[in-house]
Amino acid sequence: MEVGRAYTRVDAADKVTGRARYTDDLHDGPMLVAKILHSTIANGWVKSIDTAAARALPGVVKVLTCFDAPQIQYPTPGHPWSTDPGHQDVADRLLLTRRVRIYGDDIAVVVAEDEVTARRALKLIRVEYESCPVMLEPEQAMEPGAVPIHEEHPDNILKRTETVVGQPDEALSDPALLHFEGHYQTQQVQHCHIENPISYAYMEHGRITVVTSTQIPHIVRRVIGQALGIGWGQIRVIKPYIGGGFGNKQEVLYEPLNAWLTTQVGGRCVKLDVSREETFQNTRSRHPIRFDIKAAVSSQGRIMARECVAISNQGGYASHGHAIVANAVNGFRQTYPDAVGHRSVAYTVYTNRPAPGAMRGYGIPQCDFAGECLMEDIAREMNWDPYQFRLKNIMPLGYVDPTNGITCYSTALARCMEKGRDFIRWDELRAKYQNQTGPVRRGVGMAVFSYKTGVYPISLETASARIVLNQDGTVQLQLGATEIGQGGDTVFCQMAAQAIGLPTERVNIVSTQDTDTAPFDTGAYASRQTYVTGKAIKKAGELFREKVLSYAREMLPQAGELDLRAGEIVDGGSGESLLTLEELAMEAFYSLEHSVHITAEVTNHCKENTFAFGCCFAEVEVDIPVGKVKVLRIVNVHDSGRLINPKLAEAQVHGGMSMGIGYALSEEMKFDPATGRLLNGNLLDYKLPTAMDHPELTALFVEDEDPSGPFGNKALGEPPAIPVAPAIRNAVLHATGVAVNTLPLSPQRLVEEFRKGGLI
Amino acid sequence: MFDISSIYQAQSVADAIRALEQDPGALVIAGGTDVLIKVREGKLAGCRLVSIHGLEELKGISQAPNGDIEIGPLSTFRDVTYDKIIRANVPVLGEAADMAGGPQLRAAGTIGGNVCNGITSADTASTLVALEAVLRVRGPRGEREVPISRWYHGVGKVDLAPYEVLTKIVLPRKGYEGFTGHYIKYAMRSAMDIATLGVSCLAQLSQDKRETRQVRLAFGVAGPVPMRAPGAEAAASNRPVEQALAAIGPAALGDVSPRSSWRASREFRLQLVEELSARALAEAMRKGGAQV
Repeated sequence: MEVGRAYTRVDAADKVTGRARYTDDLHDGPMLVAKILHSTIANGWVKSIDTAAARALPGVVKVLTCFDAPQIQYPTPGHPWSTDPGHQDVADRLLLTRRVRIYGDDIAVVVAEDEVTARRALKLIRVEYESCPVMLEPEQAMEPGAVPIHEEHPDNILKRTETVVGQPDEALSDPALLHFEGHYQTQQVQHCHIENPISYAYMEHGRITVVTSTQIPHIVRRVIGQALGIGWGQIRVIKPYIGGGFGNKQEVLYEPLNAWLTTQVGGRCVKLDVSREETFQNTRSRHPIRFDIKAAVSSQGRIMARECVAISNQGGYASHGHAIVANAVNGFRQTYPDAVGHRSVAYTVYTNRPAPGAMRGYGIPQCDFAGECLMEDIAREMNWDPYQFRLKNIMPLGYVDPTNGITCYSTALARCMEKGRDFIRWDELRAKYQNQTGPVRRGVGMAVFSYKTGVYPISLETASARIVLNQDGTVQLQLGATEIGQGGDTVFCQMAAQAIGLPTERVNIVSTQDTDTAPFDTGAYASRQTYVTGKAIKKAGELFREKVLSYAREMLPQAGELDLRAGEIVDGGSGESLLTLEELAMEAFYSLEHSVHITAEVTNHCKENTFAFGCCFAEVEVDIPVGKVKVLRIVNVHDSGRLINPKLAEAQVHGGMSMGIGYALSEEMKFDPATGRLLNGNLLDYKLPTAMDHPELTALFVEDEDPSGPFGNKALGEPPAIPVAPAIRNAVLHATGVAVNTLPLSPQRLVEEFRKGGLI
Repeated sequence: MFDISSIYQAQSVADAIRALEQDPGALVIAGGTDVLIKVREGKLAGCRLVSIHGLEELKGISQAPNGDIEIGPLSTFRDVTYDKIIRANVPVLGEAADMAGGPQLRAAGTIGGNVCNGITSADTASTLVALEAVLRVRGPRGEREVPISRWYHGVGKVDLAPYEVLTKIVLPRKGYEGFTGHYIKYAMRSAMDIATLGVSCLAQLSQDKRETRQVRLAFGVAGPVPMRAPGAEAAASNRPVEQALAAIGPAALGDVSPRSSWRASREFRLQLVEELSARALAEAMRKGGAQV
């Protein structure tokens, strides 16, 4: 079995020895360097820009401003294109903007012979602005009379949606039920991938090539075409190895600007490498969302109805826009289907913050924090065991979402919870830590989640795969799906090997996507690739196998039923080896009677989706007087169906748990309310946890086959980051009796809350 | 790519002083862990540098015949932490040096730089203040000694003329002998961070370990420069250990005046001052043999 093997990553040796090449390693010839001039106001207009001194600096090749750039508004999120104008992404970006919407907006750019010259030239540019008041919060932007950030949305509300399922009002006003309210708030955080967004662009044969660190090369090509108003075939995008993305590179960032710049300097190669500070300020992040929740629960502990009002802070540009808060309120509803009804109201509001976009979990880390705090708070108030209260209400097998039809084809959530409970010693520690006194106290907490797999039916799900035979009986696997550090290339090889009947060792992945040659796939996001691309690989593998066997039948006309196993053509009955794939390949390539290059290429249009599940249990120690939380033990248990590679699955969970710990305790983008300037846009002041801030991370699984998955598998990419923050918050609540409803649980916030709670 | 106009590698301290005299606008660079960051940020973009990196006469840690410990300012944080003399006589300084940044920074950054940059959050600074260190500096007219209590003039400003070079950090014997110490770096992370508050406490105990004799308490980030807490020291000195522990925190509140910034509020910092003063004293006394 190739699927299920703990196969070593196909890129492991190259990556640990430094042999793997990333965007900045690739270009050998001379490159011009572009640096962007960012606005020093957060809201207003550029009145004029004086570039004379910058242009006069020796080594400066070109200075371009928002008054020079094309006035074509384009969309940036990494969504599949919709041919239905009603479902197309909001096109609210320009390459360079006169209307300043965030502090640090892109208003001009210098292209120079080297980086120091470009930086010096930036300092010589003089800008005149007209300023408006800064609005960092949705409440400010929604005030009557607030200045519209985009004229298309005079009230600054990008979108409002309301979804009602069943009869929620009946239950929410029923005096026979128990009623609860909760207010929960999440913060703006960033992905902190190691490699900042970087690209370089040049022209060849009248076409533009952009080499870029992206999760979505085919979408980047499309958006460059839209932004520049040229045919998409005029653009070639190349995606080499990338140093992480986590959703930030599921966005078209500076590639369109870079593509335009090369056209402005006669097609010379221009590199656009942004700094960490620019990455924080000018690329995407996770939306801060505020949740106001009402719940009606029966005295037996059954959730009857809930209302969830969510306000999402979209910052200055739409990016993924309303899709994220819409996903959040759906996810909130799905994990615990209400018996009677549910209402969700979601707002996406423009503000002057750096625009959030996709980030690992796509709204679900936010709604899971709200949902799992609520469950904990209700259980606490009613003196119910939060474990049992959750168990009573979780999504059952066969659940069909009433709004989009996504179906629960498999669930092992209850068994995940059981495994997590046993690991953390839930019953014992819940009792033991009940009545503590003193400055240092311990607690245990938990949280669960559900997560869909890919974006069907909300958007298109399509993937293509190509398999070609080599003379030695190995194959190349070529995909539009991308390796972004998650181990995609390795599991793709395993899935192809499984479908064909080869050892994984004999599958070579073509890791780099070049949109001129790579099959079409929309890329790495939505935890979709092992599921959606996996289906395409399976189909392509099976087609390839059929072609091999058909050729084998030509070579072995006397043989009975043939099979391809472990790279050999065998007798289907006895298993006796009749022919190696290498022998067959040599004949197929060079036969004087029938020469054929055996290849298979398919597109799979995926029209399925399924829910993955999991939970987190954490044991913490809280040092009350100084507001410090130490995570002593933590476990994530996942139901992601059958694991393609258990070793990589474990690594994926570790990374997600680490992100969850930072989300829970320390990470937060902070702003100066007066100017809108990001205060901590660097890795010193933005508190991404270090290895020393982590306990041992334990990843466990319950492996059930999902009938809809290509190999029984379902989503795992994003889920590990989801349940950690609420589990830690609930453990702190257990330890101290203080419910903290705003992330992160940073020391100062904890000291303030403990003081309010009378603990200090 | 760093925006540096020029860099001159000095061949000796005298050579460095000459170079600085010739170009008073030039800056000294040693380990580079501060200067290069500021160049990258643009604050020192285009600067001219005189490098003292690698000058042997500024390295090494030794003990003078009178017991004073002399630390060459080019000693890296790692050198200080693992030095035998430091470990035997003032382990608290080695422990404080081991909390700066991460392993890479500690292998490159120097204790001299940590003192000359005049930053209140410098991890070795509060301990050097508590140890009553003396800074020996050399200029065109020879050497002079500055007690650390007169060293810090303000944020980023120390008692060092543009053409002067720090040549030794001296720990006088009376400053450390008979004391045990503890440094608490309170930061948001366990590594790769700057202190929200640094607390260094040195304690001297009575023969029977039941009373304190002299207690010294110094803070980083409780004010614009590293500072002693005289009120807290008075409240905690010559007291039964339990009384000293109870008194030091509240008394320390009177010594400090932290400000609110986006990094931490004044109220939060005061809470830390009170709590961590007592914790640092307790640990310092425990190391000295007290039962607390």
